This record gives sequence, C-alpha cells and structure tokens, in this order.
Amino acid sequence: MKKTQIELQIKVPNQTRYLSLIGRISEELAKQLQNYTGDREALANHINVVLTEALVNAIRHANANDPDEEVEIRITVTDEELVLQVFDHGRGFNLESISSTAEDAQHELEDHGRGLYIMRSLMDSVVYYPVEGGNVLEMRKQFR
Amino acid sequence: MNLKLEDNGQVVLVQVKEERLDAHNSEQLKQELSRLFEAGKTKVVVDLKEVRFIDSSGLGALVSGFKNASSRQAGLKLSSLQSQVKSMFELTRLHRVFDIYTTVDEAIEAF
Repeated sequence: MKKTQIELQIKVPNQTRYLSLIGRISEELAKQLQNYTGDREALANHINVVLTEALVNAIRHANANDPDEEVEIRITVTDEELVLQVFDHGRGFNLESISSTAEDAQHELEDHGRGLYIMRSLMDSVVYYPVEGGNVLEMRKQFR
Repeated sequence: MNLKLEDNGQVVLVQVKEERLDAHNSEQLKQELSRLFEAGKTKVVVDLKEVRFIDSSGLGALVSGFKNASSRQAGLKLSSLQSQVKSMFELTRLHRVFDIYTTVDEAIEAF
C-alpha cells in the first residue's frame, strides 16, 4: 500500500505573480524527497517547471485570466511517487488540442505550445479531467 | 521585469536581470526585443547570466525575438546560459535554433 509521507495544499489567487512562490516551495520539497535516487537538483527544477506550466494553463486558459478566481495546488508524496495536482474552477481546455511534440514546436517556431510537451517529457503521466466545480491537471512521477 | 540595455552603436546588449524568465514577466522581454528590431537594430545579444529558471513562455519570448530578427535580416544571439536553463533549450531542441555563446564577449564577437 502506498504510504503518504507529505501532502501539501496551497491556494493562490489566479495571477501569474504567484508562480515564483509556488516554484520555490516545490523546489524545496523536491530536495527533501528521500526515496528519489536520481539527481534531486534536476528534479527540483523539473517540478518547478511543470508546476509553472500547469499553473499558467489554469490561470490563462481554464480560469480565463480572472484575477478574482483562485487555483489550488496539491502536492502528494508517497513512498513510491510524487503527484502534482492543479485545480481550476473554469470551463477547462482541451489538453490534446495543444501541440505537444518538440518537432511541432520547433518546426513552426511557435511562441506557444511547448508547455504540454515539457510536462509530458519531464513527468511519467499527465492527465486532465473534470472534478466537482472545475477540473484538475494531474502529473505523476515514480521514484523507482 | 528588470532589463538593462547597452548599445555600443554596433550591438545592443540586453541583460535580463531576473532569476526567473516565466509567464509573469516574459511578455516584457518579447516587447522590448520587438521594439529594438522595429527601431532598426540588427545585432542583439540577450544575456541570460542571472536567469536560473525559464518556462515555455520565456522560451516563447526568445523564439518571437528570433523570428522577428530573421524576418528583418537581423541577428539575435544568446549568452551565459545556466545549466538548468540550457537543459530546457535542449529538451525543446531550441539549442539547435539559437546561436548560444558562453560569454557576452564571444556572442558580440560572433557578429
């Protein structure tokens, strides 16, 4: 059975000025992961990046830049994996409609569309599904 | 966002004086680069020495500057990438698109 070691729940206003705060908290958490045998400094940066990408999707697309909305971040660490969840209260967006390959992003030299590719490359799974009152973007990373 | 500009008459050096280049501040860099190329500047170096974190929006702002430069026969070069920033360029394969140099001087000399 998966034993939960740490569960963090944070709510911030739907504004990009809070990206840095969430990034710093997630980096500090990553450095504490005792069951992760890889490069913790690299993992800390990766978690900072994927949470930033997920938060920006929630703030700009799902919550349509409404500064009075809020986003909720839940970080769960078990002895086997790390789970990052970003909850929005909006109408959501189609994850699959965003370009997600490096080839797509590079050939077109698009200004946007790299976020999902980065999330999928750095995490083991990325899913987006409706929950009561909104949606959640959920990312998992196994410690192995 | 804190940007420091130096123009020696040949090359414009844009120093990004921020620890993070992300969705919160990258639009300002995008606009500044656009303003420089619209003003007729043809050689621009963006120094990322102080940036230790970049997200897809930060990369997008630089790509926008690169496209703007290319369409005007101008040049945009990058210098002094920290390891975590460099790894994001490699992950998205943008290190093959940009001219990236270890120091500002090397980037300027390469024009």
